[in-house]
Amino acid sequence: MNKRSALAFAAAGAALSLGLSACGGGGSETKSADGSSAAPATADAFNAGLEAVFNPSDKKGGVLKMAISEDWDSVDPGDTYYALSWNFVRIYGRSLVTYTPAPGAEGRKLSPDLAEKLGESSDGGKTWTYKLRAGLKFEDGTPITSKDVKYAVLRSMDKETLVNGPTYFNDWLDLPKDFKSVYKTPDVNTDSAIETPDDQTIIFHLKKAYGGFDNFAALPGTIPVPKDKDTGVKYREHVMASGPYKFDKVEAGKQYTLVRNEHWDPATDPIRKALPDSYEISLGVNADDLDNRILSGDLHIDLAGSGVQPAALGRVLGDPTLKARADNPTGARTWYTSIVSDVPPLDNLECRKAVIYGADRVGLQNAYGGEFAGGEIATGLLPPSIGGWKKLDLYPSGTGDVEKAKAALAACGKPDGFETIMSYRADRPKEKATAESLQQALAKVGIKLELKGYPTGDYFALYAGKPDFVKKNGIGLAVNGWGADWNDGFGFMSQIVDSRTIRESGGNYNISIKDKEIDAKIDQIFAETDVAKRDALWGEIDQRVMEQAYVLPGVWSKSVLVRPLGVTNVFVTGAFDMYDYLNLGVQ
Amino acid sequence: MVTYIIRRLIGAVLMLVIVSMVTFSIFFVVPRIAGATAEGFASRYMGRSANAEMIAVTAEKLGFNDPLPVQYGRWISGVFVGSEYDTGATIEECPAPCFGYSFIRRQPVWPDLVDRIPVTLSLASGAAVIWLLCGVATGVLSALRKGTVFDRAAMSIALAGVSLPVFFTGIVSLVIFSYGLGITAPGGSFTPFLENPVEWAYSLLLPWITLAFLYAASYARLTRAGMLETMSEDYIRTARAKGMKESRVVVRHGLRAALTPILTIFGLDLGLLLGGAVLTESTFSLKGIGDYAVQAIVTNDLPKIMGVTMVAALFVVLASLIVDLLYAVVDPRVRLG
Amino acid sequence: MSAPSSFLELRDLRIHFPTDDGLVKSVDGLSFQLERGKTLGIVGESGSGKSVTSLGILGLHKGGRAKISGEIWLDGEELVTASADHVRTLRGKKMAMIFQDPLSAMHPFYTVGAQIVEAYRIHHPVSKKVARKHAIDMLGRVGIPQPEKRVDSYPHEFSGGMRQRAMIAMALSCDPELLIADEPTTALDVTVQAQILDLMRDLQRDFNAALIVITHDLGVVAELSDDILVMYGGKGIEYGTAEDIFERPEHPYTWGLLGSMPRLDRERSERLLPIKGAPPSLINLPSGCAFHPRCVYADRTGGKSSAEVPELLESDGGHLVRCHLPHEVRRDIWENEIKVNLESS
Repeated sequence: MNKRSALAFAAAGAALSLGLSACGGGGSETKSADGSSAAPATADAFNAGLEAVFNPSDKKGGVLKMAISEDWDSVDPGDTYYALSWNFVRIYGRSLVTYTPAPGAEGRKLSPDLAEKLGESSDGGKTWTYKLRAGLKFEDGTPITSKDVKYAVLRSMDKETLVNGPTYFNDWLDLPKDFKSVYKTPDVNTDSAIETPDDQTIIFHLKKAYGGFDNFAALPGTIPVPKDKDTGVKYREHVMASGPYKFDKVEAGKQYTLVRNEHWDPATDPIRKALPDSYEISLGVNADDLDNRILSGDLHIDLAGSGVQPAALGRVLGDPTLKARADNPTGARTWYTSIVSDVPPLDNLECRKAVIYGADRVGLQNAYGGEFAGGEIATGLLPPSIGGWKKLDLYPSGTGDVEKAKAALAACGKPDGFETIMSYRADRPKEKATAESLQQALAKVGIKLELKGYPTGDYFALYAGKPDFVKKNGIGLAVNGWGADWNDGFGFMSQIVDSRTIRESGGNYNISIKDKEIDAKIDQIFAETDVAKRDALWGEIDQRVMEQAYVLPGVWSKSVLVRPLGVTNVFVTGAFDMYDYLNLGVQ
Repeated sequence: MVTYIIRRLIGAVLMLVIVSMVTFSIFFVVPRIAGATAEGFASRYMGRSANAEMIAVTAEKLGFNDPLPVQYGRWISGVFVGSEYDTGATIEECPAPCFGYSFIRRQPVWPDLVDRIPVTLSLASGAAVIWLLCGVATGVLSALRKGTVFDRAAMSIALAGVSLPVFFTGIVSLVIFSYGLGITAPGGSFTPFLENPVEWAYSLLLPWITLAFLYAASYARLTRAGMLETMSEDYIRTARAKGMKESRVVVRHGLRAALTPILTIFGLDLGLLLGGAVLTESTFSLKGIGDYAVQAIVTNDLPKIMGVTMVAALFVVLASLIVDLLYAVVDPRVRLG
Repeated sequence: MSAPSSFLELRDLRIHFPTDDGLVKSVDGLSFQLERGKTLGIVGESGSGKSVTSLGILGLHKGGRAKISGEIWLDGEELVTASADHVRTLRGKKMAMIFQDPLSAMHPFYTVGAQIVEAYRIHHPVSKKVARKHAIDMLGRVGIPQPEKRVDSYPHEFSGGMRQRAMIAMALSCDPELLIADEPTTALDVTVQAQILDLMRDLQRDFNAALIVITHDLGVVAELSDDILVMYGGKGIEYGTAEDIFERPEHPYTWGLLGSMPRLDRERSERLLPIKGAPPSLINLPSGCAFHPRCVYADRTGGKSSAEVPELLESDGGHLVRCHLPHEVRRDIWENEIKVNLESS
């Protein structure tokens, strides 16, 4: 999902990470290919919560304690873009559909939530209809209608007010020209985009067909907001609950507490167990202290879900009892280096290949934190947890193949190598380590890299993500990374491989992939309503990216999560690659 | 004396004006010189899905295109008369003193700071009492037993105290005392004093001791040096020649004089701490001014950073003012000047 | 040991300080007596042991590291073996001290009055009010004008002479029987010196105290003393009445002191006769007579000076001298070489 999220949290402990990056060793994780859930587990074992529900229970009561080392953007469902937030928001908010609370790949499948069933498409995938369940109520007892869902979606599109959320609805809904926002143009008729013929029905009209619209309907933006309770950007201070819990205390930057929402009717909600009596969420907890508290049982969940800090990592991996409490999921996130295909001599395919051949792939893995905390050596851009992924084997993934690299250089017409500039985010030690590893490895084949660090905040807006800056400065390689907004090909790939998303004004995440063939495949995908066929096409795009050597993949990120003590129904959801927060209970 | 006070007060106000200008320059003028654009400033407050024209609109809305003196004037006038901010649905008032408005958190900074001052105050005051008592007592004993095992041990511990960072001692002591032995409160605990004084003290005990250790160490060294100096002064010999008990000589004549310079340092230390015990607060996850500053910096929330800087500066300036006035009370020789 | 009949008597007092460089023998076998109402002047260069002697009598020689031996008898009590706490109760009351440089000897943070009040109340359980009245009284007696106003002034608000008067008032506040004045006039200019010396003489008469005046300045002791003890290198080298010392001095060092003494009846421009060389190191005293390296007559002792420590021997009528030169030779040198020179110059 959002690349900022996990990285921002990881950055907190980054200063220590270099010293510990070599930690680890031992077996690697295996994924059940068919996605079926294994038998429930209750005994501690490494990865026990990865493919099975750990410590299953229906016992109600208790206080579930969560914490996070920083604050995240917002608890307003229309104003949030953090994976942890999309996971957590479901405790108090119900979107039209949501991810099935189940371990592993099963968790990526969608289940109807507010809606009775998944969306029905008509008009060749341009119109999507949902019917709300009967008996839905907000926390104040007023019934939830389709109009509240429509209002919620429309308000989430005002990016001047609610700046944080995604723009999928802005990009796809067929809105009238004169509509600006629910706040500025409240009277404009928006039925061309969303219709609510009655209180139970909501119909979305898209500009062009999109077969995967259910993934949009799973966005927190479809969590209903009553118009008369909307206070714009201040709505985050009192979100109207539609789920089993409502906010009791909201202290920005300090803490949230949630208590049971009496107006939530379990009969309308087949997927939520609503076990704890309340939730306590502490914000801004010292990251190392947070890990220690989870290890000691004083705290249950690190809301960030991005894994333990380097300080605790050594302890967890080194102590068999603690390691047995750990899960090591692979996230839908790839760390890679963009090979800029329009900066000479990298406009030549062979020169690009030389970079990949020459790279020390193990060195890159270590730069990102090694096998457990860094990730698995990536052989393609698409991570394994995304539908359509297939194992590619186009390049060796060892410590660098000098001969093949030199052959490629010769084919490129640069037998003595060349010089180029590599950019990275200066305040990210892992990216600096990546750049340094590559600099060393490529020096062996005659490719000289000059490393340039740029500030993280403006890396995409002003530097590596701004085409004329890249060209003017001759940046041939740019450290990059991407996480899926949701775990399907569109959610992962659409922002980083489609050349038509590239804006001259900057802010692009796609730095190097400008390929007509890929663009054509993407158009093909949009029109396709069959999931399996869409997935296969994303796989083909991944293959093309690697064949054309547009990126040097680093790792598919992995994180080390620690299962809390005394908590039931713990498992890693394939939807977010962190513990599923929906049905946790207190023992 | 009255003119002295007035002169110092004017100095303090001038100092705050200068601090406000420097702060503003650091965050607004220097980045401009370094090439940041109005859009660059605005993009900090936008989500990652923001496009160029939205950023341009926001830059205009937040006034980043205005000349810098106008921006500075607006910021300062907010402090005195308050400002207003658009929340989309409504207009939010930021009443005076409006020390800025966070466009990320969408909240005025001042109420946040007011809300957090009790935490920092509790932490700083409790720790100050401990370090002053322990540090000074250790320093006095060390000076009186100069060269003994006690002196050497105390000074070694003091050196360790000055050298060890709080984020290390804090985390280690939490692991040992809170999670291992379970005798102190876990990180992040805080109960307001008025709600339950016992609980207040219990929850802050470990942060107090950790923070106090750092300062006690330097105060022990300062006190020891000061005591060694004053105890060899002629007036100490005079006091002894009067037949005074040694304990009274040490406390009333020796310590009294040795404490005067320590008072200055203490005042400034306390002032700095009230502006945020940054490391201790973030180590123990205490929601004080320092933690606020860290969050502001991590999220690059300029209005927050400016607000917290100004409040911290206010504390330091106030503290040095109070120290100056106190000094005149404590040392009669200063009153003439 | 047996109690002596004199009010104050020192017998073979030794005060040694172990240091990293060696043993500092600040006072090394000193004896003298003093009666009530009488004044003893102790004269010597800095480092001669005169100040340490006075501190030793008060029990103020520094810390537990100093080694003290011998006897100090004060009014029938032996002080070297007495408990520190007992000596403390005598301090300020039975014996008091006036220090050199009253600016540094008075606490800068307390008013002059408060410091006198404090001194008085340590030994007299009276109210602050009574003690304050007493302090004003004392300030008046030492000649401070408007004492009821000045009592609330701080030491730095006094002139040098006034401060010394206040210091004296503080020392006398408990009516001590033994008063030790350590360089009482050194920090003052000449006219004020004379006033202070007059004051001390008057007060001593009024209080009938035994007074020890410690100074490097023979001029001061000339004004006040009945007896004079000249110290060098931790030892007494000449001890006698004021008349003995000024009219019939027998030790070459005393001659040197007299020669280097500025006198009011001499012209300022006239040259003083300083003693050649520097005071000896108290750790490595010269062998034999400690003064011999600086002594111009040492060659007249046939090498004894550098080989043998001379005894403090009676020359005539209680006049004691520590010198290898025979009595007659010393007389002869004084009468024919020194005295003539001093008078003619």
